[in-house]
Amino acid sequence: MPKAAMKRPHDESCSLLEIRKLRIEATSYSPGGDPQNTVIVDDVSLKLEKGRVLGLIGESGAGKSTIGLASMGYGRGGVRITGGEVLLNGRNILARGVQGLRKVRGNKVCYVAQSAAAAFNPALRLMEQVIESALLHRIATRADAERRAIALFKNLGLPNPETIGRRYPHQVSGGQLQRVMTAMALCSEPDLIVFDEPTTALDVTTQIDVLAAIKDAIRDTGVAALYITHDLSVVAQVSDEIMVLRHGKMVEHGETRQIIEAPRTEYTKALVSVRSIEHQEKRPAACPVLEVRNITAAYGGHVKVLQEVSIEVHPGQTLAVVGESGSGKSTLARAITGLLPPTSGMITFAGRTLTPRLAERSTDDLRELQLIYQMADVAMNPRQTVGTIIGRPLEFYFGMRGRERDHRVAELLDEIEMGKGFVDRYPAELSGGQKQRVCIARALAARPKLIICDEVTSALDPLVADGILKLLLRLQKIEDVAYLFITHDLATVKAIADSIAVMYQGRVVRYGSKTEVLTPPFDAYTDLLLSSVPEMELGWLESAIKGRRMASGGN
Amino acid sequence: MRLSAMSPIVRLITQRITLGILLLFLVSILIFAGTQILPGDVSQAILGQSATPEALANLRAELGLNDPAYIRYFRWLGGVLTGDLGTALTSRQEITATLLPRLWNTLFLAFCAATVAVPLAIILGLLAVRYRNGVIDKLISGFALTSTSLPEFFIGYLLVYFFAVKLQWLPGISTVYVGMPFLERMEAIALPATVLTLVVLAHMMRMTRAAILNVMQSAYIETAELKGLRQIEIIRRHAFPNAIAPVINVVMLNLAFLIVGVVVVEVIFVYPGMGQYLVDHVSKRDVPVVQAVGLIFAAVYIGLNIIADVAAIIANPRLRHPK
Repeated sequence: MPKAAMKRPHDESCSLLEIRKLRIEATSYSPGGDPQNTVIVDDVSLKLEKGRVLGLIGESGAGKSTIGLASMGYGRGGVRITGGEVLLNGRNILARGVQGLRKVRGNKVCYVAQSAAAAFNPALRLMEQVIESALLHRIATRADAERRAIALFKNLGLPNPETIGRRYPHQVSGGQLQRVMTAMALCSEPDLIVFDEPTTALDVTTQIDVLAAIKDAIRDTGVAALYITHDLSVVAQVSDEIMVLRHGKMVEHGETRQIIEAPRTEYTKALVSVRSIEHQEKRPAACPVLEVRNITAAYGGHVKVLQEVSIEVHPGQTLAVVGESGSGKSTLARAITGLLPPTSGMITFAGRTLTPRLAERSTDDLRELQLIYQMADVAMNPRQTVGTIIGRPLEFYFGMRGRERDHRVAELLDEIEMGKGFVDRYPAELSGGQKQRVCIARALAARPKLIICDEVTSALDPLVADGILKLLLRLQKIEDVAYLFITHDLATVKAIADSIAVMYQGRVVRYGSKTEVLTPPFDAYTDLLLSSVPEMELGWLESAIKGRRMASGGN
Repeated sequence: MRLSAMSPIVRLITQRITLGILLLFLVSILIFAGTQILPGDVSQAILGQSATPEALANLRAELGLNDPAYIRYFRWLGGVLTGDLGTALTSRQEITATLLPRLWNTLFLAFCAATVAVPLAIILGLLAVRYRNGVIDKLISGFALTSTSLPEFFIGYLLVYFFAVKLQWLPGISTVYVGMPFLERMEAIALPATVLTLVVLAHMMRMTRAAILNVMQSAYIETAELKGLRQIEIIRRHAFPNAIAPVINVVMLNLAFLIVGVVVVEVIFVYPGMGQYLVDHVSKRDVPVVQAVGLIFAAVYIGLNIIADVAAIIANPRLRHPK
């Protein structure tokens, strides 16, 4: 290949990538206040040898993406690299100026973004974008680059590798796009690829395929990689070593096996043991609080998104509804709440028959059936304080005013483990987990019999999500409220469910108590779903791929 | 073919064109009604204050002013659809015959101004994004905003003063006639075209800048930066194609202004275009001419906006290449 011949012989004694005492800062401008300087990454050093994969792991805000981008000399937004060195093949790229950095980017180091759907230019054909950097850096001629791209498409398991390059980004699925992006990174034969959460936005059944494709590509091309993720079980499958980060500082660094099997620090131990919630399954009661009988619902009158769905939720218990995106689980919530009136079937709630339409329901029906959303920050009015947000249902449903209301708000804040100091805060001043807690308190304020939780922990870091799940379980005991818990995450299901409904293409394909649903023999889809959940175990990926009976929907 | 059976892009374009035609009919009703509501009697205006009641009655009958309004509307509309815009009351000449060469003059002037203004505005917009918040950006914005905030009659006289009176490079009066050599014609319209360019430049430039800056926030711009592309290449190759729809829209609005809004400029330079024709006949209360010119201006506006809509639809890859 032309590039291999041109590659200058580099000193064998130096690492491919070495980061020394990296310090990254950002300045944020708050209205009215002085500019605030925050340190995002502080004193981080790492070394990466040729062909090795280093996993960077941590919660959001740990600085892992920032470090990944720093290896290309890039600061996102107002982020500045204020200290340290980034040595690529022994040369400090930060000292080379804008021109020098441009020669590194897309040439020696390439980047794979979290959301390929957003990272591709919607106005250009895929092939144009895939070979762009190879042409720019004169690594190959157009014909050679296209040939290489097609070969990469084939290796990454994309359908119609010869012609997929002629498509536009919106014409291929998310999982395929993520693989095209990997091909784009590999096309200019870089020494290093930065993978920034490449599978986080994908469904669990698609994630496993993309993960396997990335792993094979790394092995076949011998490229080194920084693999950034918040999911330890994912990074365990692809990386040789792992660095754990927290608040911009290194917590622990070691071989993958050591981090997974014998973590040294408390924080890493917490990460490894996450989702160890023990939940004793409850027996179904005589009479369910919510009974959904054969409901069918459609968008625009003809696209059926729910077909003959029947489920039951028992008082004080949790029904988990699982499935991949597009399986109809959120639509089920919309049908139950009356936002999307079902075309047929019946919903019984607390002994009453619910009218299909939201507008025709009584105040009690509305009060006793509450909803919590995935995105806590968009579910709250940013101009209202926490006290106003939680107090609103108290005023609306119970007519509470003044001191009585404030007293109840304080009680609710206690229940969600947030102190008095929060009453006067605005949503923007809260962390993601705190925002979700406020939403929970708002739902509880209405004294509901059932809360529908729509992916309430999906946007949160694992440790924070665990806290929310524990809170929900504790509140269930106190308030005797039932949950209909919609999620695509099976670990969450195992942690909190009493019964489970597995949905696929608008139908419930498996339904029963948690033990029944999770005990073999499985139907093909449940088997695929269960076997696709990454486990914190070396070699899981290979055995999972080998053992599958059904191809995932992304193909 | 049933509407739903067509490809989405054809369906959208058909919808836009149908709506445009419908809108034009509504506008024609408005124009007709507006000129009917205006106070004063046309026959009185023609014959003057001293006219006898008999003469007025005769002229009214001759002009068909005694028929009900809707009959007069359909008679007028029928004429318009067959290319007959009626007869000017004051000069008794066929409006179509007088108007066509003037329409051509106006279109020519607008076209010349547009061929300079549109590329210039877009290039300046791209440069302003490339050097955003820097000296070049501020200079471009400052120049464009100054030229737009000065009224066109002021810029017009300013240019006349310097280039026609002081330096004597260009004529201050833009006389054109049929059969005029091309270069002479260009020389004649140089000053009014410059005025028009300066007037519309800033709007298009600022919108181009804003539309591209909006796109520059996208994740795929970061992807392009991480490929090592130069800033100007990123703007040209990755940002501009995605900002094309709003840019086309503002360009079309300004083209419509170039054709419709030239009235003042034409008067300053005594240019024999539609604007002057309109101003002359408004002051004489020549209703058929006002109606005809109004309808043509409306048609130009609606037509250019349809083109903008259709171009924006075609520029969208999701509509051009459905799944």
